[in-house]
Amino acid sequence: MSHPKTPTAGGFIPRDRDWQPDALTPRYKTSVRRSPQSALLSFPSTLSEETSPIFGHAMLGALDNDLILNYAQPGESAIGPRIIVHGRVLDENGRGVPGALVEFWQANAGGRYRHKKESYLAALDPNFGGCGRTITAEDGSYEFRTIYPGPYPWPNGMNDWRPAHIHFSLFGHGFAQRLITQMYFEGDPHIPLCPILSTVKSQAAVDALTALLDMNRTVPMDSRAFKFDMVLRGRRQTYFENRKEGL
Amino acid sequence: MQKLDYLRESPSQTAGPYVHIGCTPNFTGIDIYGGDLGTSMKTGPVQGEEITVKGTVFDGTGTPLRDAMIEIWQPDAAGLFPSANETRGTADPNFTGWGRSPGDMVTGEFTFETVKPGAVPFPDGRMQAPHITAWVVARGINIGLHTRIYFEDEDAANAADPVLARVEHQNRLPTLLARKEADGVYRFDIHLQGPNETIFFDV
Ligand SMILES: [Fe+2]
Repeated sequence: MSHPKTPTAGGFIPRDRDWQPDALTPRYKTSVRRSPQSALLSFPSTLSEETSPIFGHAMLGALDNDLILNYAQPGESAIGPRIIVHGRVLDENGRGVPGALVEFWQANAGGRYRHKKESYLAALDPNFGGCGRTITAEDGSYEFRTIYPGPYPWPNGMNDWRPAHIHFSLFGHGFAQRLITQMYFEGDPHIPLCPILSTVKSQAAVDALTALLDMNRTVPMDSRAFKFDMVLRGRRQTYFENRKEGL
Repeated sequence: MQKLDYLRESPSQTAGPYVHIGCTPNFTGIDIYGGDLGTSMKTGPVQGEEITVKGTVFDGTGTPLRDAMIEIWQPDAAGLFPSANETRGTADPNFTGWGRSPGDMVTGEFTFETVKPGAVPFPDGRMQAPHITAWVVARGINIGLHTRIYFEDEDAANAADPVLARVEHQNRLPTLLARKEADGVYRFDIHLQGPNETIFFDV
């Protein structure tokens, strides 16, 4: 066997189901009837999971990553505390994931979503749509500008409130990496009370979803910054595995 | 003792009731981006058999989900993926391989206009039966559910498929088969729970 300079990418590292939330989490009531009860079928990843669609930077509009302006009337802007959210998309091996499509959505500063099924009485902001997207740079970094979202009540228990949060959808380089998650904010007193965040199994998992105030990236007299890294599944690195050509 | 310095995958959280705002905003009435991603899987004339795949996601009470998002990912008719990781050849340039559907506003039914996928090998070289990868997220689903859409009219290929062979309860196999409703039209309903619970994958 020759000595390649870099190892071959093997299959995806199996997902750690002891770390990820279970499907059935009764405190989050909707999960009760939407959770599969049979064991998942495990098999090694194949090309179907190791490939993923291509999203080019060319598809992005100039304001796609600016929720303060991307739905605002000319000369106006969304209401709320101005923030920058930034960080890196990494894989489990610690490498930046370039070219990853990152989509995000959130409530406005009053905790209201722009959606016809939304019933919370807080006011809509005519200049805030609540969605944005970007694609990671060569080092896996991303950033966007938005307003600090408001906490909101939701029908679950009689008095459940979501912590302030931003939803994220992520693509990597393989469809097995597909992930949706939520970002929370350091210091939010609703964090330990939330039945949805409580679906994760440890304080370490809560911490992994909690963004820190980042004064080094804060723009003085303009916007505060929060840093939020996200980790996608990695592939096994191997010199010793004989995978057929192209696998 | 040393420490392994691997990172842990970010914990998943439910897509929530408003996933459509983020992923298909135009569907919700937010006019942005010049259209929703994944609406069309064809950018021109495509090779192979054009098919429609439709279905509904049901919860454990048999109620259709109307707040789900379904994505599919598949190779072209020749079995090649339109992906940067495809090293075996060049896929049909008019086929994206990826579709995303918010489901119908009233019924929840999803529809994909696509092509019948070609076969793709398993890591050990055996051929897999033609299939489409599907992924479902919704309020109440804590981590996205992976499954595969196989085709009921591919008996011989299905019988030789290394993934289908791993299914312990073979009487559940029909949950992975799209039924032919008409020429070129297949139905693949997804049951999150109950006697017809779809086989979901950990892959
Ligand atoms: Fe939310």
